[in-house]
Amino acid sequence: MSGGTFVGMPAFPKAAHEAVNNQTLRGNLRHATHTIRGKRAKAVAEMSDWAELREAGKRIKDHTLRHLDTYLVQLEESVTAAGGVVHWAADADEANRIVVELVRMTGESEVVKVKSMATQEIGLNEALEAEGIAAYETDLAELIVQLGKDRPSHILVPAIHRNRGEIRDIFAREMSEWGRPAPEGLTDTPAELAEAARLHLREKFLRAKVGVSGANFMVAETGTLVVVESEGNGRMCLTLPETLISVVGIEKIVPTWRDLEVFLQTLPRSSTAERMNPYTSTWTGTTDGDGPQTFHLVLIDNGRTDTLADEVGRQALRCIRCSACLNVCPVYERAGGHAYGSVYPGPIGAILSPQLRGTASEIDASLPYASSLCGACYEVCPVAIDIPEVLVHLRERVVEGGPVTRDGNKVVLKPAKGHAAERAAMRAARWAFSHPGALRTGQRLASRTRRFHPRTLPGPGKAWSGTRDLPAVPAEPFRDWWQRTNGGKDTSK
Amino acid sequence: MRVALFLTCVNDTLYPDTGRAVVKLLTRLGVEVDFPMAQTCCGQAHYNTGYRHEAEPLARHFSDVFGGYEAIVTPSGSCGAMVRELYPRMGERARAEGRGESLAATLAPVVPKTYELTEFLVDVLEVTDVGAYYPHTVTYHPTCHGLRGLGLADRPRRLLQAVKGLELRELPGADECCGFGGTFALKNSDVSAAMGADKVRNAESTGAEVLCAADNSCLMHIGGTMTRLSTGMRPVHIAEILASTEEEPLT
Repeated sequence: MSGGTFVGMPAFPKAAHEAVNNQTLRGNLRHATHTIRGKRAKAVAEMSDWAELREAGKRIKDHTLRHLDTYLVQLEESVTAAGGVVHWAADADEANRIVVELVRMTGESEVVKVKSMATQEIGLNEALEAEGIAAYETDLAELIVQLGKDRPSHILVPAIHRNRGEIRDIFAREMSEWGRPAPEGLTDTPAELAEAARLHLREKFLRAKVGVSGANFMVAETGTLVVVESEGNGRMCLTLPETLISVVGIEKIVPTWRDLEVFLQTLPRSSTAERMNPYTSTWTGTTDGDGPQTFHLVLIDNGRTDTLADEVGRQALRCIRCSACLNVCPVYERAGGHAYGSVYPGPIGAILSPQLRGTASEIDASLPYASSLCGACYEVCPVAIDIPEVLVHLRERVVEGGPVTRDGNKVVLKPAKGHAAERAAMRAARWAFSHPGALRTGQRLASRTRRFHPRTLPGPGKAWSGTRDLPAVPAEPFRDWWQRTNGGKDTSK
Repeated sequence: MRVALFLTCVNDTLYPDTGRAVVKLLTRLGVEVDFPMAQTCCGQAHYNTGYRHEAEPLARHFSDVFGGYEAIVTPSGSCGAMVRELYPRMGERARAEGRGESLAATLAPVVPKTYELTEFLVDVLEVTDVGAYYPHTVTYHPTCHGLRGLGLADRPRRLLQAVKGLELRELPGADECCGFGGTFALKNSDVSAAMGADKVRNAESTGAEVLCAADNSCLMHIGGTMTRLSTGMRPVHIAEILASTEEEPLT
């Protein structure tokens, strides 16, 4: 993720510190996540075959990933046969170079964009801007983020951290810089805000000659791309321009339309809690006299093949970007999306970013710990990604190092720095727990000195006692009572 | 029936009352309880912090200590889930690393025999009314590894509902994590504390005197937050409520 947007992020706990103490943000996030959480639960409960759909989604994705080489070639053949051009990009830089060149060939200096995680992941907007090409986000929430010179904080609802009043202020202040200004006297009612966005975006749709999108799915058998959205803005970008460039991660393939059917049931219910998705756009190459006459598909790897090489971690590639895990996550709800230092926040981000980007940076090495392992994410995941399992696996990668695949090569990672004291403590604890006598000595020492124990701890101990009292140590550990009273039978003692 | 009490290192060291309550309760129900003195720790903290290889000798030790018993009962959802869910996974990982069947074979016998306390009562002993008496208002927090890991479902609530004198109050947002999460409580203390404070506020809103759970580690975090926030509530492990009787009430 070379976009530059998240470079130099501090570790998660530090980034989360600010968010936790921002009461407006906490309120915005609590309200939004709890609302959608409840709606999703209802939408899912309506389906008597949800467990089977979840299992089917998991198996389809696993099968496709297992045979990704075959399906990618099939997809390229299908897209090419339908009049599209397929490009392959190993990383973000290569993908950006390809897209910049494709836009240049059209002679245009602006593009309209469909909401897309892949283009955010590679930092495409910034790469285009550096070459003098303006990229206009047309998804309402992405527009709010772009106008506010902000960063997205949620996969599905990127402006979830903003309330209506904040959005009104951003529109009133910034729209004139980018095109049609906000109407005079704009208020924060949803209808007025939506109308302001409609008017602002409409002139961009009608003017643009180049559209840039991602895709939720690519159907290998026919070479069809699928975008699933709620506003219709995506469909405008996919149909009005003369040239369409779609940037898609290689894991987004499904073999057949029949496979797609499963996800068109599970994705809307998991993401927006809708029974059916409002705008499902599909296109296959180009069609004379209908829609874009030039179609380019840029397939990006950007760490995906390396992730696929890891037996435990590869399940993260099943993700269909529904955001259900974000909406139920108690850590996301309090830390907010920005703390994750990636376009992929929340539990899925905590397992995707350290795999796609590696664990070398401070933020990526801290992400596997950004979870209490409560398991709510796994429970709601429509493709059954065992996020806690991968988190623990990545913690192991951070503290123990070990074999990983980077840029297609097998390398052995060294244990991360900054865990020396913890490692020593874990070893010492393991030694004590392997010697019951030593454990007992420690317990007795704690019990005998208990009168002198403070209620709060200094230094690193403040992490606990800054907000919580320490438990009182009992007069004797259980095992001493057990032995003294012969398992409780001798009550005179 | 003779069972081994796997008390857990945290309970042994900090919460002996919970251990005594389990012994009293099971004995009352006609179960012969043994406490193997060689028991230490299941290795959960090591495993979940990323030190799987340090957890392996502890898991082997667990299996050596408990392997010979008919059933192993623990008053901890998360340590129970460690044995049941994660021991098999440790065996699989060792196999995948080319270290053979040894670990998987050593750990296999204890996995199906390990029960969390409320599971043991409801599924094995087939009792929900354990003859307890506890004249207090109680709200129940289902801890995550018990709820989602072991699938305890409504077992603890059914046991509590059968307690004489006990009034059970619904906890808003019950399924949400309290924010303990082992080393998470230290590594991400701000978020952990915020989650704890929200849990305590929800518990307070029930007006109950007692917040009950089946995991003392979570209760240590919630209880520590309660006293710091000067709430009038107190945390009590479910075993202590179920052990309480009219003749010998929990004070």
